[in-house]
Amino acid sequence: MDFSPLHEASTQPVLLVNGRIIDPANGIDQTGDILIENAVIKAIGPNLQVDPQVELQRIDLQGKWVVPGLIDMHVHLREPGDEYKETVASGTKAAAAGGFTAVAAMPNTKPVNDNQAVTTLLLSKAVEGYARVYPVGAISQGSSGDNLAEYGEMQAAGVVAVTDDGLPVLDGQLMRRALEYASNYKLLVISHSEELSLSRHGAMNEGSISTRMGLIGIPRVAEEIMVYRDLALARYTGSAVHIAHVSTRESVSLIRRAKEQGCRVTAETAPHYFTLTEEAIGSYDAKAKMNPPLRTADDLVAIKEGLVDGTLDAIATDHAPHSELEKDVEFDLAANGIIGLETAVPLALAMVREGLFAPARLVELLSVNPARILGVAGGSLAVGAVADVTVIDPERSFRYDLEQVVSKSRNSPFLGWDLIGKAVLTMVNGKVTYTDI
Amino acid sequence: MSVMETEYRFTHKHILGIEDLSAEDIDYILRAAESFKEISQRPIKKVPTLRGKTVINLFFEPSTRTRLSFEVAAKRLSADTFNVAASSSSTTKGETLVDTARNLEAMNPDIIIIRHSRSGSPRLLANHIDASVLNAGDGVHEHPSQALLDMMTVREKKGELAGLKIAIIGDIAHSRVAHSNILGFAKMGAQVAVSGPATLIPAGVAEMGATVCESVEEAVADADVVMALRIQKERQRDPLIPSLREYAKFFGITARTLAGAKDDALVMHPGPINRGVEMDPAIADGPRSVILEQVTNGVAVRMALLYLILGGE
Repeated sequence: MDFSPLHEASTQPVLLVNGRIIDPANGIDQTGDILIENAVIKAIGPNLQVDPQVELQRIDLQGKWVVPGLIDMHVHLREPGDEYKETVASGTKAAAAGGFTAVAAMPNTKPVNDNQAVTTLLLSKAVEGYARVYPVGAISQGSSGDNLAEYGEMQAAGVVAVTDDGLPVLDGQLMRRALEYASNYKLLVISHSEELSLSRHGAMNEGSISTRMGLIGIPRVAEEIMVYRDLALARYTGSAVHIAHVSTRESVSLIRRAKEQGCRVTAETAPHYFTLTEEAIGSYDAKAKMNPPLRTADDLVAIKEGLVDGTLDAIATDHAPHSELEKDVEFDLAANGIIGLETAVPLALAMVREGLFAPARLVELLSVNPARILGVAGGSLAVGAVADVTVIDPERSFRYDLEQVVSKSRNSPFLGWDLIGKAVLTMVNGKVTYTDI
Repeated sequence: MSVMETEYRFTHKHILGIEDLSAEDIDYILRAAESFKEISQRPIKKVPTLRGKTVINLFFEPSTRTRLSFEVAAKRLSADTFNVAASSSSTTKGETLVDTARNLEAMNPDIIIIRHSRSGSPRLLANHIDASVLNAGDGVHEHPSQALLDMMTVREKKGELAGLKIAIIGDIAHSRVAHSNILGFAKMGAQVAVSGPATLIPAGVAEMGATVCESVEEAVADADVVMALRIQKERQRDPLIPSLREYAKFFGITARTLAGAKDDALVMHPGPINRGVEMDPAIADGPRSVILEQVTNGVAVRMALLYLILGGE
């Protein structure tokens, strides 16, 4: 695996030849070449003829997939504050290794990204990273749930959405005001849907396994009640809401019905919710502990149905790095969250192999829709579009072991798994930040 | 000591929960305990079986009965025992459980007996040390030695566990004793019926092998054993019951409750009892009560466990 940070990467033109170009935004799925020059898609088509005088890097893809750069709309980069877990540099490097050309950085850093100074700091760090960083600001000052943060100033500094992710907005009136006020700036509000009075102290999904393990359960209704509240508030205010990390069948149903009724809602789920169930906790393995928790096989099926029928718009990893200090402790004391950037592509590809949907749908879930929901560049390989491109080898198998991990943290329940499908080239703004072809 | 078996071998290095034991394992432990019980009735209550072995009692929660029972068991087998209480342990200084484990490990103990308020802590300990780990109660997960002594007591009185009806009444949700007993009695072929306020009956208890009864009367009907659980006031962060007074009135074990059980039904309680709350004192001290025999058998069961996990033959 070779990496080049954005500020060092070559700006030489690149010709990708013999790729399977999958570009659902433009209705394309065909073999061909792509010429990238001056940070944009310069030409696209079969057997591109290029001026032999132009010095360029020619890469033969031998049928691998070329797709618009993947965008992970839910990532915790931990900087500033917890740089021992992850930094902008290490997190975007993991993103590049996973095929992501951009990540949305959640605001629950130390300090919280609730003002333009933190936003600006984050963006200044991103210059030396390996992928684009889209800062997400806090809904409330300090994410304390009391007063609105300064959305206008944060947006001017670069924020693309707001959320108090990691924590729910418990106060219904504050959530309503956030939805109303954000509409002035056409800023998306992302809901971490959790009714804390039902989930507090919980360590895993509530059910027979939590009872058997003696762990306090987090019932599914703790999520569903808040999903319903925020859908109702979005409908009432006419504002857009995005539901983060959907994990239960009933949440999927609620969102499906709200969409049918014309509510302005989008939603994401994470690879672990369509790959693992609560059984993965095994004997108190904190690497399978996150919030919302892993649910049941029935929920897993419903999540997949939601991805297939369009109820769920995006796959986002909720990449949440933690060190052994937070994870190698008593299970109910262990921190919530797992890393996910490097395993999202193979885990999502498993659904293509299962026959649940075509590769084009995968590209919608990982690129087209996140770009549209956040209102950022990307999601398209049209001539003139920004040159954020990912190459995926759908056949490449690899073992995701400790040596393989690029993130600074190693808290993944997929360690030791044999995975099929891998991002093998990541290009951001016309620059190759990662290759493993 | 040789327990006559041709094929079977006890192979567990740790005792973390009843969940990990088979019916055959349980039967083997109980038979070993039955033979160890006699040692405690001798004038010289000591055998050299575990001479030179080191047993550490690592208790992060206060306990009188269980800690003492383990210590008595280890000493009667001639093991050297050391008690580490939470108040004097390093965890209050910020040391993690894993660090504590590694430090204890460096002193080469043979068995660490752990009690901890967090479910799964014994597993965490076992993952990081070479010594055997014996769970003396973890959070609301399991308390395997208590379930084994309960099964031993019932088997002594009833001869056989298979086919019996065991009623367990009270706070099932927060009782590691209930969890281990449901698993254990069900594995041995008994029928387990549980009842209590619905706020104290956890999700999925049926999957563990118990039948949930809406009324105490239904659970107790024709029961061979009626076990009341301690109401753990200190564990309750939720509004689970309105008052102890109301609990005693509707869920406490009284002569009236017992009328529906079999005439020779045993009354059990893992202790310590909130007298007059989960059980009428007249019942706790009455002729059907085997509460003190549970304590006596506790020593025998723990001797058997210490002996077996150190590979005794």
